[in-house]
This record gives sequence, C-alpha cells and structure tokens, in this order.
Amino acid sequence: MRKIHETIIEKLLLFSAVVAVLVVALITYFIFADGLPVMQKYGIAHFITGSDWHPLDKQFGLLPMIAGSFLVTLGALVIGVPLSVGCAIFLAEIAPKQVTRIIRPAIELLAGIPSVVYGFYGLVILVPLIRELFGGRGFSILGGSVVLAIMILPTVVNISEDAIRAVPREYKEGSLALGATHWQTIKKVIVPSARSGILTAIVLGMGRAIGETMAVIMVVGNVATLPESILDPIRTLTGNIAIEMGYAAGEHSQALFATGIVLFAIIMILNFMVTLVPKRVGE
Amino acid sequence: MERVRSAVYLEEKIARGFLWASVLVTLGAMLAIVFHILEQGLVHVNWTFLTDEPRFMGKEGGIFPTIVSTVYLILLSLAIATPIGIMAAIQLTEYTQKGPLVKTIRFATETLAGIPSIIFGLFGFAFLVLFMGFSWSLLSGGLTLAFMVLPTIVRTSEEAIKSVPLSYREGSMALGATKWQTVWKIVLPSALPGIVTGVILSIGRVVGETAAVILTAGSSLNIPTSVMDPARSMSVHLYILAMEGISMEKAYATAAVLIILIFIINTIANRIMRKMSSNLAA
Repeated sequence: MRKIHETIIEKLLLFSAVVAVLVVALITYFIFADGLPVMQKYGIAHFITGSDWHPLDKQFGLLPMIAGSFLVTLGALVIGVPLSVGCAIFLAEIAPKQVTRIIRPAIELLAGIPSVVYGFYGLVILVPLIRELFGGRGFSILGGSVVLAIMILPTVVNISEDAIRAVPREYKEGSLALGATHWQTIKKVIVPSARSGILTAIVLGMGRAIGETMAVIMVVGNVATLPESILDPIRTLTGNIAIEMGYAAGEHSQALFATGIVLFAIIMILNFMVTLVPKRVGE
Repeated sequence: MERVRSAVYLEEKIARGFLWASVLVTLGAMLAIVFHILEQGLVHVNWTFLTDEPRFMGKEGGIFPTIVSTVYLILLSLAIATPIGIMAAIQLTEYTQKGPLVKTIRFATETLAGIPSIIFGLFGFAFLVLFMGFSWSLLSGGLTLAFMVLPTIVRTSEEAIKSVPLSYREGSMALGATKWQTVWKIVLPSALPGIVTGVILSIGRVVGETAAVILTAGSSLNIPTSVMDPARSMSVHLYILAMEGISMEKAYATAAVLIILIFIINTIANRIMRKMSSNLAA
C-alpha cells in the first residue's frame, strides 16, 4: 500500500520537473510555427537586412529594430557596467557594515520596482530633461540607455559581488603581504580572479536589457528607422511586438512572431555565451 | 621613489572616489525615482482612489478593478506555479540529482528564466488565447505568468531544500520513515521559510509584469467575475494611463501604489529570510 503511494508521488514529482521542459518546447514551437512561414516566404535576409518596416506593404525589414535593440543595450552597458561593477567592488571590499545595510535594500528595491514604473519615470522626467539639455524630441537612444542602465544594475551588482566574494582570501592576503595597496590588490588580483563571474553578470544584464519591453517603449519614441545619433528615436525588437500585436492580422501578425524569433535567437546566443564563460580562472 | 609612491596614493584616492561615487549614484537614482513618484503620487492616493471604479477610461475615479484583477492574477499564477515549482525542486534535490534528464530539466529552467517577458506574451497569445481558445482572460494571463515565475520558485525552493542539514534526513530515515515521509514531514517544513521567500518574490514579479499580461489578459476595465473574463492589472493600467496620456495624476497615484506594494513585499521577504538564517544558525 505504502509502496504504491510513494510510486505515485514519485511520478508526480518527475512530471512537475518536466513541466519546465514542456513549456520551453511549447514556447519554441508556437513562436516558430507562427513566425517561420512568413520568414521563409520572404527570405530570412529580407527580415534581417531589410531596413524598411512597412508591414501593410509587405516590407518586413527588421534591421532598424535589431540596431535599435543593440544600440540601446550597448548604451545601457556603457553607463551601467562601470556603475554596477563599482558598486559590487564597494560592497564586497570596502563598504562598512552600516553602509551595506542601507545599500542592499536599496538595490533590492531597484530590482523589484516594476519596469513600467521605470518607463513612467523616464517618460515624465528623463525625456523632458534630454529635450531641454540636448534638444530634439527627447525620446531617444540616450533616454532608453539610462533607464535600462538603472534596470540592469541589480542583476550585474548581485552576480559580480558574489563573484568577487568568491575570490579566495589567500589571494588578497598574498597581494597585501607583498606590499600592494588595497586598490592595487583589487585591480590586479581580485577583479581579474573574479573576471568570469563579472563577465557572466554583464552578459545576463545584457539579456535583461535586450528583453526589456515596457520601460523602453515609453522612452525611445518607437520610430522604425535607423538612427543617426544617440538623440534619435528608435524602436526595439520587443517594442515592435508589443506596439503592433494589438491590431496586427495575417502576415503582419506573423511578421511580429518572426520578430519574436529574432529576439529568441539573440537571447539563446547570449545564454549560450554564459555557458562558455569559464567558471574559474585557468579552467 | 617618492614620486612613484605619491602616484600610487593618488590612484588609490581616485579609485576610492570612483567606488564611492558609483554607490552614491546608484542610491541617488533609486531615491530620485522613489521620492519623485511618491511625492507626486501619494497626494492623490486615498481610500476612494483604492476602492472606486474608474470613470472615463481611468481619467477620473479609482483603480479598484485593477487591484482586484492584480490579486486574481497573483492567486491564479501562484496556485499553478507554486506546487509545480516545489515538486520540481524536490525531484531535482532529493530524488535524481544527475543524468541526462536532470541536465535537460536544468537547462530548460535556466532558459525559461532568460526568456524575455514579451516572448512569454507572444506565446501566451498564440497558445492560450488563440489555440486553446481561452481568449483574453484571467486564465490565459495567470497561466502565462505561472510559466514566467516557475524558474524563480524552482530555484529558490532548491536552495532552501539544499540548506536543510543532511543529519535531519538521516535521523528520519533511521527511525524507519520512508523517503517521501522524510521529505514531507522533515525536509519541507525546515525549508519552508526559503520556499515562502521565493513565492513572495514571485508575487513581486507578477505585480510588475506588463508586456505579457497585456497580450494575454487584455486590458478590460471591468471587474472580472470568472477566470474566463479579461482583466487589467495595475501595471497595465499605469502603462495605458501614461502612454495614452489619459491622466498623469492618476498615473502617478497608480505608480505610487505599485512602489509601496513592492516595498511591502520586499520587507516581508527580508523578514522571513533573516528569520530563516538566524534559525539555521541556532
């Protein structure tokens, strides 16, 4: 009797564990089943290298959106990575206990604030500020980058900090014993040893930035053309889907699923890159 | 020699300055956002705002239906994701820890955690809304959100279960308990605070999600009466208020409510986590 009971539970546990696999398979299937036919019909090159997005005239060039996603992400990394790694080093190496006690909840709060609230803040504060300082409409790559930089901060800080804390004490002690200053030790010993973890953090942050939707829509202007400066408006891959999904039909709708495929492919490549990062120095 | 040394000290000073600056900028950004939203929003938040129906697309009145919809979405998604997530974590920690299947499961969980919310939205739209015929509804939204938070729950539960000392299990088994009795009566109760923390953090994610919800649950302002009714969460409401320029005043107020909610959720999660670590230390 007890035996049967346990067997049923074990089957149930196994099934639950397999749910994640099923969901990933379903997601892949449904995105590709809806997006691939239109991609094959017009050619993948048409989607990836075409720079005209006029879905009603069968022009499905996604290049402006691909460029938009990458530029806004690059901007976010340029602003966010030095800040985040700085914070991580500070928390792991320098911060007095009382300071940590203030910073950690702050970073947790940053991680928890809904993306739409960031977007809203960007819309009411950042966009007018950029408009006043630099001219233009304010809806721009710059605005999107700043918002995303703040949004990826918690991810990059937390993972980098773990990596820095995981550096063996002896490394640090050895360096200090040789007469190196604290900063020399951080620069020459600790950060290089934590390199792979910091790199992982950056790639994960990049994934978050590319995948972010609502916050970006609210500040980048969503114009589907190739930008010429960081003050130009752009549209991202995610924004393309979110904005037009509501009213798209037929091939237009399929082209949005094709946009999803491109996004999916980029994220999978990034995930793959994370697995390539060596876990420890010298491995 | 003297010059080299002073250069080293100068660099040390500059570096320290940079590290302090990066922390101050981070704190400053957080405070700027939170204070601005609360300052502009809280003056419009009162009991009527929370309990009144919106009028004129939300230009006037309150946000009551969006609060109800948000609560329904939380309950529905967690009712689905919590048991599945915990059971998956038990499977991965207590039953099989190695082998190709486990590798596949881990890879899938990690992939799921990295998929952008808009892809979940597209998938929910194609699979649940259209293919399964659930249309824009609480059910479609709740299921999509359940898939989204599943990796979080699996991961936090796994961590919590792993932190239960091996001696607890050995003691239970030595007394003649079966594997499942040990898991159910000994391991799970000890891991509960960690699991609850994961669930609470998932609530935060559900509350904050917009893109996936708008594509699967729709944006109807009516109070849903069944799981097949469309609904609008607070985040979606804020998005629509701000993007369509319906009312900045109400948008600020909604954003303030969202921030306070997240603040409460984080505080509860921290309390539980702190209690857990002190329990383990004891």
